[in-house]
Amino acid sequence: MDVLILSRLQFAVATLFHFLFVPLTLGLSVLIAIMETIYVKTGNQEYKRMAKFWGKLFLINFAVGVATGITLEFQFGTNWSRYAAYVGDVFGPLLAIEATLAFFLESTFIAVWVFGWNRLSPKLHAASIWIVALASSLSAVWILIANTWMQYPVGYTINETTGRAELTDFIAVLTQPFAIIQILHTLSAAYLLAGFFVMGISAYHILRKQNISFFLKSFRVALPFALIFSLGVALMGDFSGQQIATKQPTKLAALESHWETGTHAPFVLFFIPDEKNERNLFEFGTIPSGLSLLAFHSPGAEVKGLKDFPRDERPPVTIIWLAFRVMVGLGSLFVLLTAVGWLRRNKLEASRAYLWVMLLAIPLPYLAAEAGWIVTEVGRQPWIVYRLMRTSAAVSPIAISQVLPSLLGFILVYSVLGFAAYYLIFQAARKGPEPLASKAG
Amino acid sequence: MLETTWFVLWGVLWAIYFMLDGFDLGLGALMPFLAKREEERRIVYSSMGPFWDGNEVWLITAGGVTFAAFPKTYAVLFSSLYSALMLLLFSLIFRAISIEFRGKLASPVWRAVWDTCLTIASFSASLLLGVTFANIFKGIPIDGEGVYQGTLFTLLNPYGLLGGLLFLMLFLVHGALWQAIKAGGPLQERAGRMAIRLWPVLLVVAVVFLVATGFATRLYENYLGNPLLFLVPLAAVAGLLGSRFFMARGAWWRAWFASCLTIVSATLFGVIGLYPNLLPSSLDPAFSLTVTNSASTPLTLKIMLAVALTFVPIVVLYQGWVYYIFQGKVTEQDLAYEEAH
Repeated sequence: MDVLILSRLQFAVATLFHFLFVPLTLGLSVLIAIMETIYVKTGNQEYKRMAKFWGKLFLINFAVGVATGITLEFQFGTNWSRYAAYVGDVFGPLLAIEATLAFFLESTFIAVWVFGWNRLSPKLHAASIWIVALASSLSAVWILIANTWMQYPVGYTINETTGRAELTDFIAVLTQPFAIIQILHTLSAAYLLAGFFVMGISAYHILRKQNISFFLKSFRVALPFALIFSLGVALMGDFSGQQIATKQPTKLAALESHWETGTHAPFVLFFIPDEKNERNLFEFGTIPSGLSLLAFHSPGAEVKGLKDFPRDERPPVTIIWLAFRVMVGLGSLFVLLTAVGWLRRNKLEASRAYLWVMLLAIPLPYLAAEAGWIVTEVGRQPWIVYRLMRTSAAVSPIAISQVLPSLLGFILVYSVLGFAAYYLIFQAARKGPEPLASKAG
Repeated sequence: MLETTWFVLWGVLWAIYFMLDGFDLGLGALMPFLAKREEERRIVYSSMGPFWDGNEVWLITAGGVTFAAFPKTYAVLFSSLYSALMLLLFSLIFRAISIEFRGKLASPVWRAVWDTCLTIASFSASLLLGVTFANIFKGIPIDGEGVYQGTLFTLLNPYGLLGGLLFLMLFLVHGALWQAIKAGGPLQERAGRMAIRLWPVLLVVAVVFLVATGFATRLYENYLGNPLLFLVPLAAVAGLLGSRFFMARGAWWRAWFASCLTIVSATLFGVIGLYPNLLPSSLDPAFSLTVTNSASTPLTLKIMLAVALTFVPIVVLYQGWVYYIFQGKVTEQDLAYEEAH
């Protein structure tokens, strides 16, 4: 155990926990905005009730997302100070702009939405949740631009005098295709997650024959949304794979546990990596040229194998290989589940088995999203900025006696928070919507 | 020039953060002393309800701007103050969660737990912010490599603790005044009395701090070089006296604005004294991080300046609008509102 490992663990705990709450914030805000817009357009009170009910769950989730986000920005300084000093000229502005452009809007207008039901006109009130939705997605855009710069740094130069990376082309940083694909992939995943959340909770109530009209409507708002974004996340995942193939060859090789460089690289359906001996065991179901086709869309393309890279430039293989399979497997399942839902959209009540599956599927997009981040971040190792700075060179000159207590603090505090948040969400979800005749309504 | 502009903006962002979140933190810390009944506690929460989140973003922006404009300072400052900042972060997490989770269950035990968390978290966040800034004013033991040669206890020196106490008192008075604005009846009276009773303590702490600053820091050097700058600490004193003047007349809004003036001027007093340092080294002035040796490139500073000058005024406008639509006292009717705290 050293400061590096503990700092990495701490960042992993803090980000993975934070990202349990972020995607629902991103997606559910859009769904609530759609529900409230339907209410404003049609005057149908049931949609207002929907905005309020889903809004209640949203707010519990939102609070934890906000509370745990601030620690991430600060950790670049506390635990990764050499990174912060080395790349701050390029990376710092992205975080600062995120706060100025997006986070202010989100945090200010969420209050307008929560407390403004009786103070604003319905249109202005609906506008405030649209602003929250747009601002949270905008916030994700800046964070993903920053993250993609760590995956594939562009628009900078190394200044030998100051000994750091310095910005030369801001537009290049903002518009690199890899970043745009990552943004679309991640936002799609978040919207999909929110869709499954709404469908799963609705399925529970439909199965119990409670508030059926309310929850059928909710389900039908979420279903096309989830269908579109399950396709989007898969498509963008494929694009992302091609970016990785050309820009992060070690990550690509680790995803498929691909050891030998060669053209017409096969895709193997089933195997188990044997990292120590640089080979795979129990290979079964080989598709000739499959990997070349998947990664480069060309059967003759050469795919670099891990053996082509020195051992100290390879990421850990097994965890990435596994996380990638979890993500892709679940991603395919989501397309299937939403497609089935679309075919049965008019007879949902009778499709009890399907509703059960959708209820049990609520955690799956969470699992897929976390797996996706493991692929992205662990796959970048041993670099903090790919091929530019090693993670081991980025850590702060701090003591174990500082990092160990803070890591334990994070685990303890986040366990309490996570437990409290999901308890509240569970309670509120099970209880269902308030009756229409509320005095404040 | 560009670096100096950013130094000023940096100071202004921190000043705005203290001015805005100061009242939330002060009110959170005072809650058990102000609110006696459940209904009053709910009024206290509702008085911060629509504002605290937007206020806290000023901290994130101030942190982000430190990162973007002065990355070396960000790196050294945040890693040096590691344990203090972690405690601050945990405090702010508990503060946020207490406000948002407390009202979600009717159980008195659940509510009492979060009430306690809110008070402890608000107290410790106020103290830690003060200890941190007093140590920045004083300088911390960083070596030529930017490595901190101290511990958490190095920060708990008398001047640092005095700074913590000063921030705590500033925020407590600020929070009490905010409550006097937002409540009516006995809660308003109690909050007003609390502000009046805390004020002499604040005055004594502030005077001791100003004197101690002469001994513990080099902040006054800039002032002696340019006496016109003394207007800033004078404004802080004027705000302090003014707030007492308005308190006596029950003019809570004016007293609160005077308190805002005190907090902003007190922050700027320290920041102006620091210049050109952002983080002085107490080992050797040559190791200090300054606007020149820790700044980003002119390109980055220019991009950031364009963003800040465009969007910060917009933020001020819409946040001002939010204060406007949620102006007025928290009433019983507000508490009956289903989303109320």
